[in-house]
Amino acid sequence: MVNSGDTAWVLISSALVLLMTPALAFFYGGMVRRKNVLSVLMQCFIIVCALSIQWVLIGYSLSFAPSKGFWGGLQWFGLNGVGLEPYSEYAGTIPHQAFMIFQAMFAIITPALIIGAFAERMKFSAFLVFTLLWATFVYDPLCHWVWGIGGWLRNMGALDFAGGTVVHINAGIAALVTAIILGRRSNLDKNIPTPHNMPFVVLGTALLWFGWFGFNAGSALAANGLAVNAFVVTNTAAAAAGLSWALIEWIHNGKPTIFGVCSGAVAGLVAVTPAAGFISVLPAIVIGLLVSLFCFIAVTIVKPLFGYDDSLDAFGVHCVGGIWGALATGLFASKLVNPAGADGLFFGNPKQFLIQLATVGITIVYTAVITFVIYKLVDLFIGMRVDEKTEAIGLDLTQHHERAYTVLE
Amino acid sequence: MKLVIAIIQPYKLEAVKEELYKSEINLITVSEVLGHGRQKGVTEVYRGAKETGNLLRKVRLEIAVNDNYLEPAIEAIIKGAKTRETGDGKIFVLDLKECVRIRTEERGSVAIG
Repeated sequence: MVNSGDTAWVLISSALVLLMTPALAFFYGGMVRRKNVLSVLMQCFIIVCALSIQWVLIGYSLSFAPSKGFWGGLQWFGLNGVGLEPYSEYAGTIPHQAFMIFQAMFAIITPALIIGAFAERMKFSAFLVFTLLWATFVYDPLCHWVWGIGGWLRNMGALDFAGGTVVHINAGIAALVTAIILGRRSNLDKNIPTPHNMPFVVLGTALLWFGWFGFNAGSALAANGLAVNAFVVTNTAAAAAGLSWALIEWIHNGKPTIFGVCSGAVAGLVAVTPAAGFISVLPAIVIGLLVSLFCFIAVTIVKPLFGYDDSLDAFGVHCVGGIWGALATGLFASKLVNPAGADGLFFGNPKQFLIQLATVGITIVYTAVITFVIYKLVDLFIGMRVDEKTEAIGLDLTQHHERAYTVLE
Repeated sequence: MKLVIAIIQPYKLEAVKEELYKSEINLITVSEVLGHGRQKGVTEVYRGAKETGNLLRKVRLEIAVNDNYLEPAIEAIIKGAKTRETGDGKIFVLDLKECVRIRTEERGSVAIG
């Protein structure tokens, strides 16, 4: 039976999650040098277009069609059989296509997150091919394993409410792999690139936070108490993490920065994502306070130590925050919040923590290996990296024949 | 004393700065300018309309040097900015009448370095 309130909420949530990809474009776009800002906006926007088509043609079927195999079958190709009646295995009170379009927005934003790792130096054509292959061979299978009917991680009992593993760890690991193979941007040591437009970063963060209510509270797939719980803990964790990052900077660097608060808020949103439907508000504060510490260490200590150029910290924030969130779910989950979930370690069920740990490990290995293979294939046929002169001139003029800002009218 | 004004390709700024530092010339002023040369820039296209005749974005360097630093400065700029393609830019050298360091009110050669 279709419930009008639930359907309205899921449709609005879908729109909110769609907004997160352009929000991410401004979050990332503000961080790059101005000669590359359009390239980042373009990469995010073209993903919205390309993945929307991929998803209705094959992506949704590969991810969610019932199957015990590697991925879902192709029986839902072109949304064949995905109608306007509820499909109760996924959501019993909204049309099947409402669930499909909500999931489409997750499939769109996940590959967009990776852009942060290879910004300012990847060829646009190669990026496009890489993204489509990655969505099909990494995102779709993993999505099936964790959320699809017959998916083996789902059957193992892994808890991932809104995509900590499928979205954030997945994209974060792909980010690390591409950043390492692609290599550092030229002249990085002599001239550390500074963000060209910090207000864009703040604007992007604000819109991400706003959209994230659709991401997490929408994942209840109904306008009910669970959605409210997810909404409350999402806001709480983001707030705690934003405060915490500012505090760490204040102690460590002497001054708190707006860039730090934004980074913290996003890290908090990432970390609470897998847990949002299983935890109560006090654990959300703990998750938020600690995620900033972990991510701060990842981006200011670990990254320089190993020397990989994760340009905009897609790994440092999304993967590190995502892993903490997945494990924290195994610690703080409680059946008092969600009877359909499970208890975590602190509620007397250490097994759940081990299941979460195993899921994280499997995701890291699978994503790293397949991302590496796809990268090498595309590199062989197209070449991933632009040449040094192109990089120096900037991707806006060289890849798109446009520039963002004029000097005079 | 001489004032060196150089117009170079924006993407060569890093290379020129590096060459200047190697010659111990650390005091430069940089601004972004637009200019016409013989060169056509990277084509820009907006909704199908091509823009090729536009003013091109360049970087302008101003360097005040004592006479014995003039040739090293010119060499450094050439080394950093030369690609042999049209659009590499120009170097202008002017006599410099006076130089005053505001903080100390020192004048002349000693105020430059």
